[in-house]
Amino acid sequence: MATANGTDDNVLVRVENVVKHFPVKAGGFFRHTVGQVHAVDDVSLVIERGKTLGLVGETGSGKSTLARCVAGLIPVTAGKVFLNGTNISELSRGAMRPLRREVQMIFQDPYSSLNPRRRVGAIIGDPFAIHKTATGAERKRMVQELMERVGLNPEHFNRFPAEFSGGQRQRIGVARALALRPKLIICDEPVSALDVSIQAQVLNLLADLQTEYGLSYLFIAHDLEVVRHVSDKVAVMYLGRIGEAAPADSLYRQPRHPYTVALLSAAPAADPDAAAARQRVILAGDVPSPIDPPAGCRFHPRCPKAQEICGRVEPPLVTHDDLGPAAGPPAGWGPADPAGAGVPGIPGGETHVTACHFPVVPGETLASARTPAIAAEREPA
Amino acid sequence: MSIQSELEFDAHLTEEAQQQVGGQVQGRTQWQLTWRRLRSDRVSMIALAVIVIMVLLAILAPAVAGLTHHSVNMAYPVQGENEDGNPVGPGVNGFILGTDSTGRDLLVRVLYGARISLFVGIFTTLIATVLGVSIGLIAGYFGGVIDTLLARFTDAVLAFPYIVLALALAAVYGPSLTIIVVMITFFSWAGIARIVRGQTLSIKEKEYVEAARSLGAGPFRIMFFDILPNLLAPVLVIATLYIPNAVVFEATLSYLGLGVQAPTPSWGNMLSDAQNFYQVAWWYLVFPAAALLITTLAFNLLGDGIRDAMDPRTEKLIAARRLRRRLTRRTINKGNKEALGGVVAGGTAADESGKRG
Repeated sequence: MATANGTDDNVLVRVENVVKHFPVKAGGFFRHTVGQVHAVDDVSLVIERGKTLGLVGETGSGKSTLARCVAGLIPVTAGKVFLNGTNISELSRGAMRPLRREVQMIFQDPYSSLNPRRRVGAIIGDPFAIHKTATGAERKRMVQELMERVGLNPEHFNRFPAEFSGGQRQRIGVARALALRPKLIICDEPVSALDVSIQAQVLNLLADLQTEYGLSYLFIAHDLEVVRHVSDKVAVMYLGRIGEAAPADSLYRQPRHPYTVALLSAAPAADPDAAAARQRVILAGDVPSPIDPPAGCRFHPRCPKAQEICGRVEPPLVTHDDLGPAAGPPAGWGPADPAGAGVPGIPGGETHVTACHFPVVPGETLASARTPAIAAEREPA
Repeated sequence: MSIQSELEFDAHLTEEAQQQVGGQVQGRTQWQLTWRRLRSDRVSMIALAVIVIMVLLAILAPAVAGLTHHSVNMAYPVQGENEDGNPVGPGVNGFILGTDSTGRDLLVRVLYGARISLFVGIFTTLIATVLGVSIGLIAGYFGGVIDTLLARFTDAVLAFPYIVLALALAAVYGPSLTIIVVMITFFSWAGIARIVRGQTLSIKEKEYVEAARSLGAGPFRIMFFDILPNLLAPVLVIATLYIPNAVVFEATLSYLGLGVQAPTPSWGNMLSDAQNFYQVAWWYLVFPAAALLITTLAFNLLGDGIRDAMDPRTEKLIAARRLRRRLTRRTINKGNKEALGGVVAGGTAADESGKRG
């Protein structure tokens, strides 16, 4: 596990125990904090150079907040974010400025991420203007080069964003992110607002750029197939925590966290036979409020496998590599009986880690495993 | 159907299509679009014309005075007053709009009054806009304590009884133009600041602002390049609507004797003087009042027109109107051609429709 120790040269970004809470304020004139939204809670991960880490999870799971912490756009409540070995979570705004060149973002909505009142040339030229790297004719030339590189007509630099289609606008966003030759590009659901046919084009463009410039991506999406397609490593978030993380192949082939299994089973399959054959895990209830997240495992109120311990003890992210294709969970499986498993690992590394007391074993049928006691507890009385 | 008008129409469509697809395309800016829409709104164009004429007349007031050979503050007791010592009516003894209570030329005085009114209206609105936009932007963008302080201060200003403050200031410092300008500016920026703050709050949540931040742009760069351009439309509308407010405010203060002092003419102090004479000299009351009314009305109508023109939702409405007008005109052309048998009438109408499109 060379990548897990963080001193490795392969690691571009290392996130250590990052916590991000947002205060909830109430009252009009005399505002006061009444609670905290636990957007990101004690998350660690690494992003390797030239690789893509996919981050999946439901809306509100803290993916975008984590991304903004990594980008240094919002201060972390606790924890550290290392970029190239520099702890950016402690830097002042001024000290952060040169490092901004290293991390860029591509946003979800190609409509609201481009200023409607500015010409495309000005939007893509902004990075050069802000970092004073090029002016005048040189800036125009660089902008046009970028436009050409992302597949836009360089003649169109004088147009307004409204004159482009959604896919073209996303290319503008890519060009802007690419301008300063960053090391990491954070893609915050870059294709979820696009047509399926256009999605493929943009994804291929991102893949080409990765090979060409050796970019690393933090790729956020809720479309599991897209993440599988682009990612080397995948981390699954639920309510501000990472539930499971692994190299993409391993995660999709053998999901171990019940939440991951449910998430994968919910994704539509293109092949109708496969769709009919597979087992659907339908989660009951909604995601609990991040203001008052459940104790223990955050997923336990909705988990079909939840036991008493799940509501008490927070499961650590550990390997469960010894889980064979057994018919059911080994008797007494849990943290008390690690039996050769339970080596801690960091998401984004080579290991397959799962934060679950009762990980799913291959061939296990989840839907039937739900205990009535937990189901009753979940009812809001 | 006139072949010529048909050709003109086709050529016009091609031109429009070329603008949209082929060649070196220059994106139409929002301002070009707004201007196009505004141009097709007759009421706004009339209002704009009235304002331009008013401004020209105000600038040329000394020239008009020269033409009439009547100086602005000069009383003409012989020609300007009748046997009873009352003002003479419009057209009498070369006084185009008649005279006032002391036999001065009303036309010249109304035009000089326009200088004061328009100066106060435009100047105070300019300062108030700059102030209001800056304060609103800063409050909205930075938020937190800065926002609380600035927003509460804005509320306090909006809650202030302006006439009372004006009376107090005039009593302490004596009435003057400076006091008027300070007063009106002080009471105008707050409304603009409040609107700008609200807009800023919503715009700063847009992803392009976050994009700029992730590029490393500083707060003032973001305010200036990313937020301000999106604010200009509402600010322009509200500024246009604040000018008539300021004009009326100045007239009110001068009417109350707190503003421009005699013998310097202002529409407000003329009205104040005229109310003693309305039974014998209607013109003395009517012309300054009409000037005030026309000016404020023109600014208000223009402001409304700009607001509509900036609203993309009115585009369809206007397009439909334009199409209807074009169809009507072509029908008329047909009639003309049959009646006159001439190409001239058809040609001119088509020219016009070409210009309009």
